[in-house]
Amino acid sequence: MKTKPTAAQDRDEALFRPIYETGTGFYVAFGILGIIFLWALYMYVTQVWFGLGLTGMNQPVTWGFYIVNFVFFIGISHAGTLISAILRLSKAEWRRPITRMAEVITAIVLAIGGLHPILDLGRPDRMLNLFTAGRLQSPLLWDVTSITAYFTASTVYLYLPMIPDIARIRDRGGKLTWLYSIMAWGWTGTEHQQRVLNRAINILMIMVIPIAISVHTVISYIFSMTLQPGWHSTIFGPYFVVGAIFSGIAALMIVMIAFRRAYHLEEYLKEIHFRYLSTLLLIMSIIWFYFTFSEYLTGVFGAEPHEMHIIMYKFTGPFAFYFWGMVLCNFVLPLIILSFRRLRTIKGMFIASVAVVIGMWLERLIIVVPSLANPRLDLPAGIYVPTILEWALFAGGISAFVMGFMLFSKFFPLISIWEIEEGRTHGLREVEERIHSYLPGRGATSS
Amino acid sequence: MPKWAMVIDLDKCTGCGACSVACKMENNIPIVDPEEARNGRAMVWMDMMTTVEGDYPNTHVKRVPKPCFHCDDPPCTLVCPVGATYRNPEGLVAQIYHRCIGCRYCMAACPFTAKSFNWYDPKWIEGASDVGNPDVSRRMVGVVEKCSFCSHRLQKVKENADIEDRQIRDGEYVPACLESCPADAIVFGDIENRDSDVSRLSRSYRVYRYGEDLGVKPKVYYLARRTGS
Repeated sequence: MKTKPTAAQDRDEALFRPIYETGTGFYVAFGILGIIFLWALYMYVTQVWFGLGLTGMNQPVTWGFYIVNFVFFIGISHAGTLISAILRLSKAEWRRPITRMAEVITAIVLAIGGLHPILDLGRPDRMLNLFTAGRLQSPLLWDVTSITAYFTASTVYLYLPMIPDIARIRDRGGKLTWLYSIMAWGWTGTEHQQRVLNRAINILMIMVIPIAISVHTVISYIFSMTLQPGWHSTIFGPYFVVGAIFSGIAALMIVMIAFRRAYHLEEYLKEIHFRYLSTLLLIMSIIWFYFTFSEYLTGVFGAEPHEMHIIMYKFTGPFAFYFWGMVLCNFVLPLIILSFRRLRTIKGMFIASVAVVIGMWLERLIIVVPSLANPRLDLPAGIYVPTILEWALFAGGISAFVMGFMLFSKFFPLISIWEIEEGRTHGLREVEERIHSYLPGRGATSS
Repeated sequence: MPKWAMVIDLDKCTGCGACSVACKMENNIPIVDPEEARNGRAMVWMDMMTTVEGDYPNTHVKRVPKPCFHCDDPPCTLVCPVGATYRNPEGLVAQIYHRCIGCRYCMAACPFTAKSFNWYDPKWIEGASDVGNPDVSRRMVGVVEKCSFCSHRLQKVKENADIEDRQIRDGEYVPACLESCPADAIVFGDIENRDSDVSRLSRSYRVYRYGEDLGVKPKVYYLARRTGS
């Protein structure tokens, strides 16, 4: 791994281009998103000023969009680190152009999602009470702990594999050389440095998997630790994790398709990558359906009155539209699109991914609101209609994510350059050897 | 250590709602605009649960006063991230308004929808804002509040009993709702004391509690109506 420009590096020139060249389209998009973000910021200030009465939340529906979006965004964040870690761990060679983007999604979305409970607080000024008076028995504290751990682990896991690429940008000179030389940590690509880096990545990738799983399990515990019908379910932990990975893959595919188009990365993100990812998406869709089916079948079969009331509220009541919309978006559409080769084009996969992201958001809505809207006692059912404020903060969250991703792409390559190169120089040989070792005969004893 | 509990006799209760009003005045509960109240922002600590049974014209309106049940195993205190709601040794489930961060997790966890939230800066009746009950601290925007069994009255009773060096007498510590009830439907006292009215009535054959099957051990007992329906 030489530091001065080589022929191989020029081969990957397309990956450096977004860092140095910025088109007007970027500024226009960034400006629009920035305006949405500022609008959301303004709306949040009014909420802090006047109180949460400006939202659509009430008694008994005490949680609304903020908690829905919190669960949703944290779910999306499982795209990244978890998928990238699993792919790295399983030595999937096709991971090379995907991992970086996946990790960036995690870092940005996790920061946004992790802030959502603060939006939801009636007294954000007292947030530090969590540290001075925090009770570790409360599932919310578990959340704070695991999300902080995940954020730390996933940003380090994003940063470490970036070091060789940052060193390359440093060596090319140009803008912000001082920043890149600090961030490159004196990387020169010696054999020792590479060994240390690979070791660190290996340790982190194994560490990050249980942390990621714990994060969404613990988020599900917020709900399942209460006695409320529709929430108090043992299946919630794995159900949430599956849903998180599911929506994460879909979000990853949307981002990949969008930026492949914007930065002309067709050479790197080939159709085969999308096809592999869409297979994963299809599998997750089926697993998601299996979990949903189990969750509701046990409820319906047991027919405990309160539980049944909430289930019918979702099946045929006011939430029927969202419930069946969710089944359509999360199961029917992806199953149809991704099962048939003819529909499995980039466009088809894009539609399926968007459907899944919408469907998973609906699922979070369906979990949070109906259980709260139907009190156990003989009280009138609650109605939840989100106000413009909540929509603004939702739009602001999404625009913050896209802006973050766009900004990242202007400072760092979206595809890991050294890993692509490693694939060319080492990967090919390694895979051949590996396949030989799988086969009977020569070298079969090594495993 | 006494354990405070309440018995509400639904046979005596006329459903007039005087308890609700007395509670509102006693505890400086903010007044909410009618429009906001319709949107589910009404603030009452003593709620009147109203259901209409039967089909027209043979209808029967059922009104059940519902304070906080002060569960002995409260699900709300379990989930509070900062310990702003807790169960004290005398069985009262209390709120610390100045510590509450307003996450409303306790409201989501309460099976009985007993808690209210200050959605806006609290407002009181014109002119009444400076003549409220001085014994009860005012709440601020963004915190959760609920029935306290008028625990401020317990403080006074305790002080008096301490000065006179005696135990608290049965019926000495009573909440505002009990005092205002024209039908004497509410009984309050120490349920650990077997001679108290509360303890006697809680062993009645008519007694039932909401959420008994949840294992949260509510300390508000209801005496069912004697008449059919």
